[in-house]
Amino acid sequence: MSSTLIAEQLLNGLQFGLMLFLIAAGLTLVFGILDILNVAHGSLYMAGAYVAAQTMQLTGSLLASIVVAAVITGAVGLLIEIVLIRKLVLRDHLAQVLGTFAVILISNDLVKMIWGPAPMMMNMPASLSGPVRLLPDLLYPAYRLLIIAVGLAAALGLYLFVTRTRAGVLVRAGASNRQMAMLMGVRVPLLFLGVFVLGAILAAIAGALLGPVTAVQAGMGEQILILVLVCIVIGGIGSMRGAFVGALLVGFVDTAGRAFLPTLLKTFLSPAVASSVGPTLAAISIYILMAVVLVFRPAGLFPARG
Amino acid sequence: MRVFHRLLVAALMLPVLALAQTPIKVGIANDLSGPFAALGAEARDGFNLAIKQLGNKLGGHPAEFLQTDMGGNPDQAKQLVTRYIQRDKIDFFTGPIGSNVALAVGPALFAAKIPYLSNNPGPSQFAGAQCNDYWFGLSYQNDAFHEAAGKVAADRGFKKMVIIAPDYPAGKDALNGFKRGYKTAVNQEVYTKLGQIDYAAELAQLREAKPDAVYIFLPGGMGINFIKQFVSAGLNQNIKLVGPGFSADEDVIQAVGEPMIGMFNTAQWAFDLDNAQNKKFVESFRKEYNNRNPSVYAAQAYDVIMAIDAAAKATGGKVSDRAAVLAALKKADFSSVRGEFKYGANNFPIQAYYARVIEKGPDGRITNKLVGKVFDAYQDVYVGECKK
Repeated sequence: MSSTLIAEQLLNGLQFGLMLFLIAAGLTLVFGILDILNVAHGSLYMAGAYVAAQTMQLTGSLLASIVVAAVITGAVGLLIEIVLIRKLVLRDHLAQVLGTFAVILISNDLVKMIWGPAPMMMNMPASLSGPVRLLPDLLYPAYRLLIIAVGLAAALGLYLFVTRTRAGVLVRAGASNRQMAMLMGVRVPLLFLGVFVLGAILAAIAGALLGPVTAVQAGMGEQILILVLVCIVIGGIGSMRGAFVGALLVGFVDTAGRAFLPTLLKTFLSPAVASSVGPTLAAISIYILMAVVLVFRPAGLFPARG
Repeated sequence: MRVFHRLLVAALMLPVLALAQTPIKVGIANDLSGPFAALGAEARDGFNLAIKQLGNKLGGHPAEFLQTDMGGNPDQAKQLVTRYIQRDKIDFFTGPIGSNVALAVGPALFAAKIPYLSNNPGPSQFAGAQCNDYWFGLSYQNDAFHEAAGKVAADRGFKKMVIIAPDYPAGKDALNGFKRGYKTAVNQEVYTKLGQIDYAAELAQLREAKPDAVYIFLPGGMGINFIKQFVSAGLNQNIKLVGPGFSADEDVIQAVGEPMIGMFNTAQWAFDLDNAQNKKFVESFRKEYNNRNPSVYAAQAYDVIMAIDAAAKATGGKVSDRAAVLAALKKADFSSVRGEFKYGANNFPIQAYYARVIEKGPDGRITNKLVGKVFDAYQDVYVGECKK
């Protein structure tokens, strides 16, 4: 195995981790501050991807599709918060899961009604569709570099928002002790609305950005939501830093498992055994990681609540 | 209101019905929601086109087509089939897209002596040990596309092959089928996660391995993810992409577009297959559905209705005589859009398979083009296990 292959796989791990972080950031915010398990977060991601695909077909501009997806999905988030989430906040977790699960079912069918059951076409702009030569023998897809750049920018932006702005202070206060924040005069309904819409916008940006490399189809949100939940559980629910570290860990472990585990196993197991154990072990590697983290740090790596 | 209207119409027709023959009933379990929604919608369009062309009749006799969605869910499909059998007393059954659903509903239909004409799945169980006289695997046996693809890869001189499938039973069957057709050893066999989203790690390995071609069996969204990422990594410049027909049909092409160009795939049918029935089918399909090209799922569904029509005609509409119906169906005496074929002992077709390649046509439409015949008369390998 050459060093360039290892370098490429490390980049792949980083890229996959940042891709998950874009979705995990919104989910962990909503979970941490509203204390609501929004399983429909994946549906907002799907909505973002569909709106972006539609915009892409009309305008051919990736930037326009990201902006339009963020605006429209943000508006959808606003509507969902006012109509549903506001009421669910007062109920127990079971009601919240049921309520937001209903949103998944409705949005999957809504998407089929509007755009039909077949997957939607969304291709990347021609300028980004090829590979770029990073090192003499290391080619890397330009589009994946874009995902890395946007992911890092989003991480930095969120970090500055949470640590340097007044709204960020309120968000942190809300996440660490909601009741105390309320008693100190934070306007909680407005904070909740803002956070939920921000989460929706982040999910939409992720959906728009990932549309060109994944299948834009009904049900795409649930597939990725499971991975994202693993990230925020590892990182500590409600913590932005936790979501970042958790997503990167999941990205690296998952990629390394798929890239190196089968070859590694072949060195000390028979090829037949290695080829059947390898993929299975690679598939569960992130769940093993989660279990190990939870054994030693039951509240995740960076618990938001002290 | 609509229900009231229907009741009124039914009431007015009662005396007429008493005189007329009871209609031939076909139960169709549609797959319009759930994992196979896109393919199910194609199949429905194929059924409806045939029904329309036959003027809602089968063999010239009055017929009734019951269509209900079962969402690709085996449990829901079982309930629907029970209702079809017990309440509606259907004479023929068809509809499901997935093999899991076919396997779930098959036994009840066979026990009730209702012929099941498959418009898509061809599970190996029904081809081998669990074969049954009431089953007609009208479309293909599941392994056939993979074996044909293996032969295409061998014939085209792809010496170094990497083959990829998800780590689940159908994925293993697919790669074994490919290897049977390919005959010589493949370079690498890669199993990925079911529902995998990111294929960067596998693509990096492909870049390192430098094969002549890669065979993918990645159904639905997985295939779309893989092909988009394969092309954006620039791997399509040196590595050919090969797949079974279902990874490269209209539904996938519409979702991926340009990056699909150049992909080899195999099927028992192609829209540009040269026979009179197929020309008529493709032309009327385009006319009916916004100039869209039909997919293999639509073609298969269309064939199912035509096969039932021929059997109804041959038995003079007396479909309650099941022995006669089975004998008529088994003859496959109808003009199929894939051309002529006959059934083997396990009621799976012995038929030709074709290689297709995705191209941009002169009209700018990206679609499959027929490039050659892979098998003249392929029969599945399970027929020997069928003892009935």
